[in-house]
Amino acid sequence: MINKIVQTMADAMAGIEDGSTVLVGGFGDVGQPLHLIDGLIEQGAKDLVVVSNNSGVGRVGLARLFSVGRVRKVICSFPRSSDPVVFEELYRAGKLELEIVPQGTMAERMRAAGAGIPAFFTPTGVGTKLAEGKESREFNGRTCILENALRGDLALVEAWQADRWGNLIYKDSGRNFNPVMAMAADLTIVQSQHMADLGELNPEHIVTPGVYVDRVIHVPYDKA
Amino acid sequence: MDMAINFKPLGRDGMSARVADDIPEGWCVNLGVGIPTAIANYVPLDREVIIHSENGLVGMGPAPAPDKANPWLVNAGKQQVTMRQGGAYVHHADSFALIRGGHLDLCVLGAFEVAENGDIANWATSFSANAAAPAVGGAMDLCVGAKRLWVVMPHTSKKGESKLVRKCSLPLTALGCVTRIYTDLAVIDVTDKGFEVIEMIPGMTFEALQEKTAAMLHKVE
Repeated sequence: MINKIVQTMADAMAGIEDGSTVLVGGFGDVGQPLHLIDGLIEQGAKDLVVVSNNSGVGRVGLARLFSVGRVRKVICSFPRSSDPVVFEELYRAGKLELEIVPQGTMAERMRAAGAGIPAFFTPTGVGTKLAEGKESREFNGRTCILENALRGDLALVEAWQADRWGNLIYKDSGRNFNPVMAMAADLTIVQSQHMADLGELNPEHIVTPGVYVDRVIHVPYDKA
Repeated sequence: MDMAINFKPLGRDGMSARVADDIPEGWCVNLGVGIPTAIANYVPLDREVIIHSENGLVGMGPAPAPDKANPWLVNAGKQQVTMRQGGAYVHHADSFALIRGGHLDLCVLGAFEVAENGDIANWATSFSANAAAPAVGGAMDLCVGAKRLWVVMPHTSKKGESKLVRKCSLPLTALGCVTRIYTDLAVIDVTDKGFEVIEMIPGMTFEALQEKTAAMLHKVE
């Protein structure tokens, strides 16, 4: 019997190593797996590279992970999202390395990793500072730059519904990066608001099939 | 003595409303954060425009009524929004496939500078260690992906410097992409010749507009 459901946060976080590259779902704090991030802080892994669209809101979630000094580098498209107080402090103090990636390139680099594509050419960023040092080539008269796949050792994902196979359904704009990250990491851990019996989720509606998922923990909470 | 010129620049809402007038039914449109976001408020719902938001909304609707707020449904600026009938959700890689794949009829962005060759600078003012961190978001993808790129911005900066320039001095977002600019003073097409003025606010003259612009303006022939 396949059962990816774990009962405790300690089980969800078991085996995460220092130096891991961690893909963290969410757009701002919508779809950001806050409880898994707290679990990662509790677990203690350090020297992490975090890949996430933004760089934390207020002092919770990602911002808290930064503030306790566990993150060496953040790869993101928009670090200045609403209320990035902790990021700004650490960045100005030179304590956090930052790699800016165009949002679509970031998503596609992870999609490529999950899809077995080692690199791809894209027109995004051509002629800008973000193209510096990158191989370029012309296709149909248009210059493109080479971008490498971006794989995680770990992905932290938030879902709305999950079953014991790890099949996932998301809520509204909480979907964002979560399905892409789920497929792009060696170990994918999910927190889900609701649990469903196997067979209860309509196959037409499942966004992430369970093959991409390793562990699921049930975390119901009210979103303000 | 010059004749006194009497004109009233458009406000932010005026600029947003002016852009909205030019968006026809049936287009799929992405609106950037800031002034562009407000354009959605001036597209009547019975004109069926499909508004795309980079975080996976295809068919975004207006802001919710206060008692219908949904914290799970936000736009690119993280403001709460609604979906209109016919809307669909996609994940982030698919959202940018839609952008890069040429499926957007239009993208409207704000900018620091636009050059007469269509170059745009709108993502970073400095890379110095003391400055705020640079933040690009989806701007580079949107610039190269949309069929048309319109910019809406005040004609001059707060210091009074022209935001329409011969060559951008700030870090570029994309090369040669901007096709039209809506400012608080005029509507200007970016053509092979450079900036071509197609409309001015009441009271504005071509000469007065040229004086406020750091690049050659052309009249429509």
